[in-house]
Amino acid sequence: MKRLAGLFWGLLFLAVPILGVVTFAVAPAYDIWLPKDVSEHGAAVDGLFYFILWLTGVVFVVTEVALFWFIWKYDANNKKAEVKYRHGSHVLEVVWTIVPAGVLLFLAIYQMNTWADVKMRRPNMAPTVEVIGRQFEWRLRYPGRDGVLGTPDDLHLVNDLHLPIDEDILIQLKSMDVLHSFFLPNVRIKQDAVPGMKIPVWFKAREEGVFDIVCAELCGWGHYKMKGRVTFESRESFEQWLEVKYQEQEATQASSTET
Amino acid sequence: MSTVETKVTSVQDAPEKQETHVHVQPSSARKLSTFLSTYVFSKDHKVIGLQFLFSTLLWFLIGGLLALAVRWQVAWPWSDVPVVGKLFAQQGGQMAPEFYTMLFTMHATVMIFLVIIPILAGAFGNFLIPLMIGADDMAFPTLNMLSYWFMWPAFIAFGASFFVEGGAASSGWTSYPTLATNVNSSPGAGWGQTLWLIGLTFVGVSSMLGSVNYMTTIILMRAPGMTMFRLPMTIWAMFITAVLQAFALPVLTAAGFMQLADRSLGTGFFTPEGNIVNNAIATAGGGQPLLWQHLFWFYSHPAVYIMILPAMGMVSDILTCFARKPLFGYRPMVYSVAGIAGLGFIVWGHHMFMSGMNPALGVTFMVSTMMIALPSAVKTFNWLGTIWGGRIQFTTSMLFALSFVSMFIIGGLSGIFMAATPVDIFIHDTYFIVAHFHYVLFAGTAMGVWAAIYFWFPKMFGRTMNEFWGKVHFFLTFIFLNGTFFTMHILGAVGFPRRLADAYHYETFHHLQPLNAFMTYCAIGMVASQIIFAVNFFWSMFYGPVAGRNPWNSNTLEWTAPSPPGHGNFDFQPIVHRGPYEYSVPGVETDHLMQTDPPNAAATAAAAAAH
Ligand code: HEM
Ligand SMILES: [Cu+2]
Ligand SMILES: [Cu+2]
Repeated sequence: MKRLAGLFWGLLFLAVPILGVVTFAVAPAYDIWLPKDVSEHGAAVDGLFYFILWLTGVVFVVTEVALFWFIWKYDANNKKAEVKYRHGSHVLEVVWTIVPAGVLLFLAIYQMNTWADVKMRRPNMAPTVEVIGRQFEWRLRYPGRDGVLGTPDDLHLVNDLHLPIDEDILIQLKSMDVLHSFFLPNVRIKQDAVPGMKIPVWFKAREEGVFDIVCAELCGWGHYKMKGRVTFESRESFEQWLEVKYQEQEATQASSTET
Repeated sequence: MSTVETKVTSVQDAPEKQETHVHVQPSSARKLSTFLSTYVFSKDHKVIGLQFLFSTLLWFLIGGLLALAVRWQVAWPWSDVPVVGKLFAQQGGQMAPEFYTMLFTMHATVMIFLVIIPILAGAFGNFLIPLMIGADDMAFPTLNMLSYWFMWPAFIAFGASFFVEGGAASSGWTSYPTLATNVNSSPGAGWGQTLWLIGLTFVGVSSMLGSVNYMTTIILMRAPGMTMFRLPMTIWAMFITAVLQAFALPVLTAAGFMQLADRSLGTGFFTPEGNIVNNAIATAGGGQPLLWQHLFWFYSHPAVYIMILPAMGMVSDILTCFARKPLFGYRPMVYSVAGIAGLGFIVWGHHMFMSGMNPALGVTFMVSTMMIALPSAVKTFNWLGTIWGGRIQFTTSMLFALSFVSMFIIGGLSGIFMAATPVDIFIHDTYFIVAHFHYVLFAGTAMGVWAAIYFWFPKMFGRTMNEFWGKVHFFLTFIFLNGTFFTMHILGAVGFPRRLADAYHYETFHHLQPLNAFMTYCAIGMVASQIIFAVNFFWSMFYGPVAGRNPWNSNTLEWTAPSPPGHGNFDFQPIVHRGPYEYSVPGVETDHLMQTDPPNAAATAAAAAAH
């Protein structure tokens, strides 16, 4: 029994990298994986995710297997050889400091261009729509016919965002009350909405479809239900939809002024 | 200052000390006061350490039960909560969403501020520092006693907040304004949040009192021959942790007072102009919600290292003892702890990549955050180097220490994903982050704490814990923790957000319920496995096999003292002749040389040859 202790515990530790890799390998089959991406920049973000996944995956497997190997091989009950009386190794220390330092620095630099594309190189244009977080809904404001936000002809809507595909979108993100976070899983976009700040968010969608808008920053008891929908459609159907909504709004305004 | 000097002299003339402790026969009133001063308001670092240990273990239980309630809601939203459901039933036996937000807020608060931080510094720091450096007590015993008793107002504030109107705090353990500052924003933002801030302040005072004490003690009260570079890693880690506390805590305390003022005095540090919450206009404006985030993380990032460095130190000592081998790369280990502490002050912005902070600043925080993974990697390699070529004894303590290494690798590697700003866009505030910090804090620190409990239990109570049941406890905890937390990574890959009472109405997440149910079953198993630990702990305290002074054949000074050590710790003056890791020295009879063993020619020769 005792003689098997090292093997037994070693195998338990070996199960970590094995089951770890298996988990990541089978998850996509059950659709427990990155959701569909319909954005232009998303491929770059996902690419970086996969790059880090492979890199850390290798480090993970190698170190965990080394741990298993040592546990199994140097079990006191089986071991005859002398203990290696060593206080360390200068060469090894230098190697395992310099190599990861280089890799990590490279990793950081390798991220910068994508980050700049998504968060720093803002397109030079007027906002397509203003999104305002409020407990517990997404208020939307389109510029209306004059194309300028903040004028009386603005179109006001809630939770039902429509946007045209294949062109730059610039969202002006605000919050009325507390922090929220505007999260579009299928567009690889996330940005906190902060009271007192106007934060620009931009992207380009490449496929039509209807997707979730998730609030990703705790905003109170109803945080879980602060859900919106975004519809990506062609320029023509987007404009048709705008027109319909616009007329609906004018109709309700007219009826409310009459009464 | 004078306290320090008397302490130092009393260490040096230990034999006379015995007499000064002979008491005059106490009358019954005196008996009560001796009882109080020995067991309640004790100034003995060992008693204070055990007081911290028992209190934090109790809160650990409470925090664990809160976690189960959180997991219940995530797995089966809006279904009746079994057993306790009726107690807090708002609608039948199911929990209300505001109750859910309170649960995860208080789970994290309890675990971080009432368990992990005080169990490392308060319990093990207190118990081990004087013993491992060869001192008879702390430099400032009264401050030390106060550091424990200042936890009580915090216990009471956090505990009582569950019962006030609106319930306990529910803005997350991060308490971001304006949700936390505006009393209209949620039910828990009333009295609950105020009590939360008060509790936090007292925890801070307690930590600060401990911190100055640890620094002073380690600098001034080391036994003769105990140079800084002969200190065990546990002490180095405690020392650097104390420095981190001392520099980071004032910022949190100040920020806490600012938030209190915003809430009760009508200031507007964190509230912008014209902020309307729940149809009520805030009185003052002109502030910035992001200011809180900067101040909070300026403390709380260093604090995550406060929550792991001592465990790293203890694990290093335990690994060497049960591998019967010197620590691989002692100095690099010390330097990497120092490096983590230094870098730890310039990475806080990685919690704010999506916050609206200038994205250019995010780039610099990404670089510093990537670099902080480096000392963590160096430590991991050195731990592997330590067990390489050893003679490993599979005690329960060793298994927990080995699992610390195995699990910390996972937590460190997942940190790299989040440090990469573009990747963090997608995974920020998802279960990927939850996976990360549970791997470092539970699978790392908590496993390290168990290693330490099984290891130093004989010194604390003079008896060893049951090894068989210890291993069963380890085995079950290890399996269930991975079942619970590893799966969180793939949930995060779907973008599954944290802190949602019910996410299944989103098209993106509706298919994830079965996985969450699996995780909850594992979490229940994990908490249930702790029953084995609790029984073993209390049973062994009274009936475990009696341990001698040095049951593990370890090298450090605490093992030269009686188990448990009496008042004043050592019955002779320890004099240190060597570093703490002289295991399996060639040419030496025993397989270990204690730090106090007299100089040994064979050992000197071996040490010279090994370099
Ligand atoms: C290898 C080193 C590490 C790196 C690179 C790293 C990186 C990060 C990053 C970038 C985040 C923010 C993620 C986000 O919110 O999007 C984070 C969160 C966190 N980390 Fe780490 N981390 C490391 C080690 C640790 C350690 C050792 C601990 C604790 C013992 C820790 C505890 C935490 C906690 C508690 C959070 C989440 C806070 C919250 O939002 O509630 N990390 N880490
Ligand atoms: Cu929200
Ligand atoms: Cu951090």
